[in-house]
Amino acid sequence: MDERLRVNAILCSGHGLCAELLPEQIDLDEWGYPLLSDEPVPKKLRPLARRAVNDCPVLALMLVRGR
Amino acid sequence: MTGTAFWYASRATGVISLILFSLVAILGILVNRQGRLPGLPRFAVTGLHRNLSLLTVAFLGTHIVTAIVDGYAHIPWMSTVVPFSSGYERFWIGLGTVAVDLFAALIVTSLLRDRLKPSVWRAVHWLAYVSYPVIVVHSLGASKDLRSGWLLALTMATVFAVISAIGYRVLDAFAAVPRPGRVPEQFQQTDQIRTDRIRTDRIRADRTGSVR
Amino acid sequence: MTAAIQDAATRDAASARSDTGNQGPSGLPRLLPADSQPMDLAAHLRVHGPTPYRGGARMLIHTIESAGLTGRGGAAFPTHRKLTAVADQKGTAVVVGNGAEGEPASSKDQTLLWSSPHLVLDGLQLAAEAVGARKVHLYVHREPRLVRRLELALAERATAGLDRIKVGLVTAPARFLAGEESALANRVEGGAALPRFTPPRIFERGVNGAPTLVQNVETLAQLALISRYGPAWFRAVGTEAEPGSMLTTVRLANGGGGVAETPLGTPLARLLRLAEYPAQAVLVGGYHGAWLTPEQASRLTLSNADLRPIGAAVGAGVLAALPADRCGIVESARVVRYLALESAGQCGPCLNGLPLIADTLVQLANHRSAPSARGDLQRWSKLVERRGACHHPDGTVRFLRSALTAFAGEVALHEAGRCSAGSYEPFLPIPAGSPDHKDDWS
Repeated sequence: MDERLRVNAILCSGHGLCAELLPEQIDLDEWGYPLLSDEPVPKKLRPLARRAVNDCPVLALMLVRGR
Repeated sequence: MTGTAFWYASRATGVISLILFSLVAILGILVNRQGRLPGLPRFAVTGLHRNLSLLTVAFLGTHIVTAIVDGYAHIPWMSTVVPFSSGYERFWIGLGTVAVDLFAALIVTSLLRDRLKPSVWRAVHWLAYVSYPVIVVHSLGASKDLRSGWLLALTMATVFAVISAIGYRVLDAFAAVPRPGRVPEQFQQTDQIRTDRIRTDRIRADRTGSVR
Repeated sequence: MTAAIQDAATRDAASARSDTGNQGPSGLPRLLPADSQPMDLAAHLRVHGPTPYRGGARMLIHTIESAGLTGRGGAAFPTHRKLTAVADQKGTAVVVGNGAEGEPASSKDQTLLWSSPHLVLDGLQLAAEAVGARKVHLYVHREPRLVRRLELALAERATAGLDRIKVGLVTAPARFLAGEESALANRVEGGAALPRFTPPRIFERGVNGAPTLVQNVETLAQLALISRYGPAWFRAVGTEAEPGSMLTTVRLANGGGGVAETPLGTPLARLLRLAEYPAQAVLVGGYHGAWLTPEQASRLTLSNADLRPIGAAVGAGVLAALPADRCGIVESARVVRYLALESAGQCGPCLNGLPLIADTLVQLANHRSAPSARGDLQRWSKLVERRGACHHPDGTVRFLRSALTAFAGEVALHEAGRCSAGSYEPFLPIPAGSPDHKDDWS
């Protein structure tokens, strides 16, 4: 099952932890907000993705299954 | 170990738990304000906050167990979670129990945080502000250790540090532009169309209305 | 008359007569009163008869499907699918009629509510019956005269025992995003009219967690007519793919215009009388819509079949023809500045990006743009698109890009320090002054 990153844009306040933990899939725009890859998270990066989800101070980052 | 050894262990781990909790609280405020620690990436600030809180669990657990195992004070195991159920120093120990209950809620919800709704996790985490004064009062009341000498100085220093951090948090929140005002704040000076300054060339429109 | 699709299952020829024995209005108008006089309950009952309840949930949905009704609030989503989606949810549904246009250039909803409130209110009851709802609301902007009129209409219906479910009137702030579906749900719940992050979608979990049907008031009025007169009647105007009539708010190049009911598929040039009042560009779809060149406007019709391929859409029927003597960049800059001020301010990219875009466009309008302006606008447009909780940044970018294309010549003039306009009299309506942002979202 594919897993993709999604961010709740309302909760997100640009802490930027996610981009530090998962630079392969997350970049920051010029205002500090996350730019997420459209591609599914590769299997070997999933533990890191889960950590990024868990570490987000405002719980804005999510991993969703499927399309 | 003799009873006295357990008792000393409990008092020592109690002091350490207080200091650790204070550090954890200050780091928590730092994370919330998007602060950085020199030389450390952002995820390390969060990581430190979490790891120190788990260390606090260890010291707090030892503090409680040694206090109960030590026979002298006759604190029942139940007092770990049921407040004001101890015969010995019912009130002060009871406050400690309240603090443990609150702290347990913080830890458990944080361990499960990716499974909880963000609003639920956040609501419980606010209890940290409630638990801090309870912890400090318990610490000062349950034993005479912190009321004199260098331990008193240490306690006052940590309390001062935490109160400063909380003060900074509150001031920052007040100074923040409320959501509806954020948008106009973003506009720079040049946000008006000054039609009096636009130079126009007199150009005639042709019959189909397009302008050359 | 177009060859209407006679669906074997819809023997609605019988129901093409209302209880008064009338057949549906032939030709137009349908939604608006024939004599332009607002219809009170007595007039409404005379012309259309009482509310044709079906007697159970879902029974109306097939009729609506045969009619091919799509939402008239802007998205043109097939109404029967929305009804089915809500009816399929677990839990008792809530229905909200959305009359909060939000769009300054649109007045069709308030006109409809003023002139034919009972069609809308019938539609609300019928939709509620169709999805098995037990709570019904009508959501309108806080305009005192309209609110009073609606309260009177509801009182009339209560006396006559027409409404099976009591309708709660909810007022909305005068914000562009107030009519957005999730902002509506928040406001109906008693909070501020701010958009939510979705999923869950409003039809799944809306007002107080219940499955919520949000339908534009014009869609509800159309539904009320279809229930009486049938799909064949509905399809008698419009195109096969996009049947029926719709309300449009038209602004002619000479400043005239107003709300008009027109069949889908009508040529834009006819609607805007471009032959009499030539335009340098035509705005279709309001402030989240797109500018068309005169060539496109002269060729295309009011239909998504014609408009979607060029990146535009029918939307909520807002049409404006910009006269030749105005400056397209100045007009567009005013609009984009307004849109930036109307950001809910909840999401970083929109909150940061839209004011920057607006400032840059205003500087271009003022002949003060930096050489990097075009590149900046392109970059920021890509940065704000689809990165908010709602579609406000997306719509703004669509409007902006179409303006830069349609007014490319004017952009070049402005970069060179010139402008071709004869007048800076504002053409497109922008609400005056800067809104007091303190608590104006509730």
